[in-house]
Amino acid sequence: MSEDAVNITVDGVPMKARKGEMIIRVTDANDVYVPRFCYHEKLPVAANCRMCLVEVEKAPKPLPACATPVMEGMVIRTKSAKAIAAQRSVMEFLLINHPLDCPICDQGGECELQDLAVGYGRDISRYHERKRVVKDKNLGPLVSTDMTRCIHCTRCVRFGQDVAGIPELGTTGRGEHNEIGTYIEASVNHELSGNIIDLCPVGALNSKPFRYRARSWEMTQQPLVSPHDGLGTNLYGHVRRGRLMRVVPRRNDAINETWISDRDRFSYEGVYSADRLQAPMLRDGDSWKSVDWQTALEAVAQGLQQAPKGGTGFLASASSTVEELTLLSRLARGIGSGNIDHRLRQTDFPAAVTPSLGMAVADVDALQALLVIGANLRHEIPLLASRVRKAAVRGAKVSFLNPERFEYLFPVAQYWVASPAQQLAALQVLVAAARGAAVGSEGVTAEHLQLVDSLKSNERKAIWLGALAQRHPAFGSLRGLAAELAALTGATLGVLAEGANAAGAHLAGAVPDAGALNAGQMLTTSLHSYVLLGVEPQADSLVASAAAAVAGARFVVALTPYASDELKAVATIMLPIGSFAETSGTYVSLEGRWQSFAGAAQPVGESRPAWKVLRVLGNLLGLQGFAQSASEEVLAEARALADGAAPQAVPQGGGVAAIAADAVVTDVPLYQIDALVRRAPALQATRDGMQAPQGAQGAA
Amino acid sequence: MTGSTSKIGLLTEHTRHEIDSWVARFPEGRQRSAVLSALRFTQEQNQGFLTPDLMEAVAEYLKLPAIQVFEVASFYSMFETHPCGRHHVSVCTNISCMLNGSDEVVAYVEKKLGIKTGESTPDGRIFLKREEECLASCTGAPMMMVDHHFHEHLTPEKIDGVLDALK
Repeated sequence: MSEDAVNITVDGVPMKARKGEMIIRVTDANDVYVPRFCYHEKLPVAANCRMCLVEVEKAPKPLPACATPVMEGMVIRTKSAKAIAAQRSVMEFLLINHPLDCPICDQGGECELQDLAVGYGRDISRYHERKRVVKDKNLGPLVSTDMTRCIHCTRCVRFGQDVAGIPELGTTGRGEHNEIGTYIEASVNHELSGNIIDLCPVGALNSKPFRYRARSWEMTQQPLVSPHDGLGTNLYGHVRRGRLMRVVPRRNDAINETWISDRDRFSYEGVYSADRLQAPMLRDGDSWKSVDWQTALEAVAQGLQQAPKGGTGFLASASSTVEELTLLSRLARGIGSGNIDHRLRQTDFPAAVTPSLGMAVADVDALQALLVIGANLRHEIPLLASRVRKAAVRGAKVSFLNPERFEYLFPVAQYWVASPAQQLAALQVLVAAARGAAVGSEGVTAEHLQLVDSLKSNERKAIWLGALAQRHPAFGSLRGLAAELAALTGATLGVLAEGANAAGAHLAGAVPDAGALNAGQMLTTSLHSYVLLGVEPQADSLVASAAAAVAGARFVVALTPYASDELKAVATIMLPIGSFAETSGTYVSLEGRWQSFAGAAQPVGESRPAWKVLRVLGNLLGLQGFAQSASEEVLAEARALADGAAPQAVPQGGGVAAIAADAVVTDVPLYQIDALVRRAPALQATRDGMQAPQGAQGAA
Repeated sequence: MTGSTSKIGLLTEHTRHEIDSWVARFPEGRQRSAVLSALRFTQEQNQGFLTPDLMEAVAEYLKLPAIQVFEVASFYSMFETHPCGRHHVSVCTNISCMLNGSDEVVAYVEKKLGIKTGESTPDGRIFLKREEECLASCTGAPMMMVDHHFHEHLTPEKIDGVLDALK
């Protein structure tokens, strides 16, 4: 370690640095500011904007801090006359062609060029010739372009090449005619494409849905957590006068680094969907009437009291908060029903085990071998797929055992397309191979052996079961076999459940009691009554008769942000609840990280945070344990419960259930997974959104 | 990546053969280095200009993202990405040639062909590409370049001879 360290001096201050490290990394780590446009910590170095020029002693000319490695005894001056003069000159060049349209530019107020122009620009331009104009590109429904503003930092190009793995943007033309674009008009189709909006240091690439909606200085920044997948992506909600205007990443190197998926970024549009439920509604024959909260809640209490013991089914979205699920579970058990579930798309229900990645998210980058069973990873957890990509590019052997072929933009060691029945058979052979069966015996081929060897011979390895595995008709057998294989090879087993809070749902008790009904049973046979928390039974499940089953009940309470047609057809009472941005709450991520957030936006209409609604309901029903005055109290109770619970392990083996050879597993399209994304117009207009019409069933 | 049908068939046997020989000169996996040569033969095959389809075909053949081929094609002046005549003619107008009467050469060529610089003859025979900057042939000024061949000490007679010989 000490051999690798070098001593340098920056602005007269001695600093230690790692040998070969770029100057800008050292200055950043030591809070010495060096201006930059093209340099970005998470992208490869390009050194093409030249803004970070600094003076290095004994060097004849200023050197770019982003591309100059430190050497022993280097003396660097970031604010000397020579450095400042170089930076000012670069700034002058950059401003030659940059339009002076800050007042109508969305980036105004949060623009790196604007900020640095204040620091390094002149008051008056010496350039009197004509500025160039660049034709705008159409990059699709998410990213707006004003290419005249581009300063050719190529951050967006490098993002496509090195992070997304789909180089669609490039620099065409030469000199004055140099442009960023796709050459042939093409939209950028990638589940992480929105990140180029944040990367762009100027107003060339901006958010299309947010265009001209608000100024950055009018909004306050509120921390949020992604409600779409179990990674626990950190977000900031930008709120103006109580309204969520946009969502941007909140840096967390342990989870999402500086990225977020398009789903996280643009789903906020769904918060203000036209079908938001504004007030509690009571069914009146075939029509609906608005009532006040008191009336509505009393009607709910009355209805639930009429249900026979165990005659009520509780279905909750897996993206409900821990607080909501804790109270819902308490309510269910309080009225004598153990029928509570959040696994709406599951078909086989083995013993419930809290889903877990089994490792830290940040450690995924360093995996050496990975077997993914039943996962459309890029769609299920986009940022996790991006981390797997990092590992694969570094040489990790990543294999897939999937019901269909999905495109991965990284080297895949082995990709096995197998029907659900074939998946079980393949896993059985893999287990046999891991037990030492040779090629030729028990169906073992060289490929099986190769996969098992990659898992056995490497040190950092994992086996993951994705959402498609959980929808498998024999999930229990699949999980048992995967656990067995993991134990035999020493790999970490990860179960990547759907929803932002699947782990939290298990910990909060949103799984059925022994002998009680699970989601599959509740959605196939009608119960006396149902309580739906953020659930649209048909759209959120894969049971063909889900809506009919719920409609067959005598009494259906829907706690929902949306008065969707589906809910209007089946519900008796609809109670408006806040979306993820309008309630305080906690999500437990798949790595077991508890992340709480406060309500960022004002609830729409008369909607209330669901935990408050459930608390009042519990009191009206005269149940114990509903006396909390803040969501933190509910959280503390849930936390105590979770901490006291015995650690669970996925059971190994357990036999293989017989399933039909033609059984299928349904892939839910990227932008259909929850109520929020289904209502985000920009996401629906993307290629992924368009290819997946409402209710579309993926091929097996 | 586009999921559309293969465009490799657009490249002739000869072009593919030439590309293969260039790919072989670089280390395994560095086929991106062969883009320049690949485009040269592709342009030749297509009588002097590249089309988006042809560039995509090259990308597909070299297993590169299409944009990386577009970047190269649009950067280098020897590649034309819009339809133009088969023979590329450019007259140097940099200082030595200018002092030796390149303005008259340009005027003569334009008048003879009936087109302006940057245009192609209607029969698709000649593309008067651009006024070239110095091609390092100052001792032979005034000069012009026709299909990458230099013609020096230009006179109206000499120009007639060169241009009329183009098929």
